[in-house]
Amino acid sequence: METLIQQLINGLALGSIYALIALGYTMVYGVLRLINFAHGDVYMLGTFAGYYTALRFGFSEAAPSFVRAALLLLVAMVVCAVAGLTIERLAYRPVRQASRLTALITAIGVSLFLENVGQIIFGANPKFFPQVLPPQQFPVYGAVVITTPDLAILGASLILTIGLHRLVHHTAFGRAMRAIAHDLDTAKLMGIDTNRVIALTFAIGSALAAAAGVLVALRYPKFDPLIGVTTGLKAFIAAVLGGIGNVSGAVLGGVIIGLAETMATGYLPATLNPYKDAVAFAILVAVLLVRPTGILGTTAPEKV
Amino acid sequence: MVMPDAWRGWQRIALRVLALLSLAALAVACERKGQRAAGEGLPAVIKIGVYMPMTGDTATFGTSSMGGIRLATEERNAAGGIRGSRIELILEDDRGQPEEAKTVVTRLVTRDKVIAVLGEVGSARSIVAAAVCQQKGVPMLTPSSTNEKVTRKGDYIFRVCFIDPFQGEAAAKFAAQVLKLTRAAIITDVKNDYSVGLTKAFRESFTRLGGEVVIEKNYQAGDASFNAQLTSIRDAGVDFVYAPGYYGDVGQIIKQARELGLRVPFIGGDGWDSPDLWRGGKEALNSCFITNHYSVDNPDPRVQAFIAAYRQRYGDTPDALAALAYDGARVLYDAIERANSTDGARIRDALAATRDFPGVTGTITLDANRNAVKPAVILELRDGTYHYRTTIAPS
Repeated sequence: METLIQQLINGLALGSIYALIALGYTMVYGVLRLINFAHGDVYMLGTFAGYYTALRFGFSEAAPSFVRAALLLLVAMVVCAVAGLTIERLAYRPVRQASRLTALITAIGVSLFLENVGQIIFGANPKFFPQVLPPQQFPVYGAVVITTPDLAILGASLILTIGLHRLVHHTAFGRAMRAIAHDLDTAKLMGIDTNRVIALTFAIGSALAAAAGVLVALRYPKFDPLIGVTTGLKAFIAAVLGGIGNVSGAVLGGVIIGLAETMATGYLPATLNPYKDAVAFAILVAVLLVRPTGILGTTAPEKV
Repeated sequence: MVMPDAWRGWQRIALRVLALLSLAALAVACERKGQRAAGEGLPAVIKIGVYMPMTGDTATFGTSSMGGIRLATEERNAAGGIRGSRIELILEDDRGQPEEAKTVVTRLVTRDKVIAVLGEVGSARSIVAAAVCQQKGVPMLTPSSTNEKVTRKGDYIFRVCFIDPFQGEAAAKFAAQVLKLTRAAIITDVKNDYSVGLTKAFRESFTRLGGEVVIEKNYQAGDASFNAQLTSIRDAGVDFVYAPGYYGDVGQIIKQARELGLRVPFIGGDGWDSPDLWRGGKEALNSCFITNHYSVDNPDPRVQAFIAAYRQRYGDTPDALAALAYDGARVLYDAIERANSTDGARIRDALAATRDFPGVTGTITLDANRNAVKPAVILELRDGTYHYRTTIAPS
């Protein structure tokens, strides 16, 4: 029983990370019908932005504090929002009128570009993120513990997701986003500044990825310029699983993938452990066979 | 001179063909000359190829090993080289990737025409590169790859360290007979030949010595979270965990284990030996143990002289990989001197004849399988450094 509860906590923490990144995939897809393959690499940029900020200000495990962690989170989110804007402006906007395949290939190109430039600038050697959160553990039940970074991950994910939900469903900007998702040309005719809304969508998605990047690094300090590849792929699966284009679906998909991966590692015999990544794909295939639009996806074009 | 266009075209092609032919002739001539030189002692410059992980997940393996190889080479060159020939090292970075190791070693052998190859540390990389060297007939010596399969690739492949079956056995003996522990968990890097080999050897020895392997879990290098595995291990109730992985992951595994409240000792192998191991936190590693090739506490004057020379050159204490690389380079240079030839087969025969070589990691004699037979030392991790605990002799 204790083992199961601990594994549930482990899985939820991992899942909320996937959810945060999946939100970015799903928002961009909802608005533009574009799978932004560079999104995982923006997540990587977020980790590096947080890391260099921490170095700059001399933050380290010697003086842990929530304020400092929050500051790193904020700086990384701003840096990546700007990076997202730049990528959209330079890479995606010029090909927006071209076929969808062109945009997709552009996205793969941006992804490879970020990964390789990252290795040149930051170096291929793994780095270690300063552990600025207080390293406390809270007993939950018996031997079950939850650590400060896990709590931070769960808390921050929850706050950001609720914030995003409110933004999409309760503001004028959200209404504009949904209108564009519905029909870009008509939205433009109705006087919506589509370029601005699309750019902001990228900025918000990138900021969420950056938040995930810093939160993960606060829990698992080792990182390098290629961390975005696997994590990004799993987050993408989460988005598709939940129904791409759907905000709640991204969260649900993320949590399912996180839990499945943890349970597979924890309960399958050792010889099957290496297949934990395959579990995510197997679930995806199974769900898509039954519901091709994903769990919460709808065939109607009303998305985001 | 005015010529019709068609004629000019023909002329150009003819010229190119001629140029190509003369180049080919030159190449053949050089090749012949090279072959003749091989039989007649050593050229002025002896090219040795080195491939190491200078970047990537195991980068400190590469820097340590290169430290040892450079020191050995500089000392040798300062003392007149090998029979008056200067040694030149050509270093390639394989980034710790087996595919990359294959590419760079092929390049060393075919383009740079090195007469022998030194490397790697990681067994998965050495195995791939050994196949290339064996096929091309270029002797390869790995200072520190301990997986059995490496030297099985053929008679051109050698090593100056002990092999995994013994390293795993040494860990099992230490746990069962010295620490008197009976319930073991194992966590293995399942895509790593080294880790899988050690796990197999440890499991067999530990069970034979009366211990029980209660639970086994796997991971893959580069995983971020080990919580799922560690939660299962924690709740299985064990005396210790055998974790034969590389330092980058192991440091994180033990850090996460302590956070989950798993406080038992971890025991590992020489793959832990890196300054970066401590980055997950020094306290988490207290009273953990590793099997290793040498100890800096060894009072032997040969060892202390090496440590002093290394410190003077780099301002740092050499780890086991640096010491093995130092020995490996010296064993190779000694063999080339005895072979008095750049011919692969002759160097191979000279290497195979290595007996009682006075190394800093012990006296090196290569057996019929081209492996060194040496004892293992057990080091205890305490307060950020290694402390010599005991020596386990080969059985």
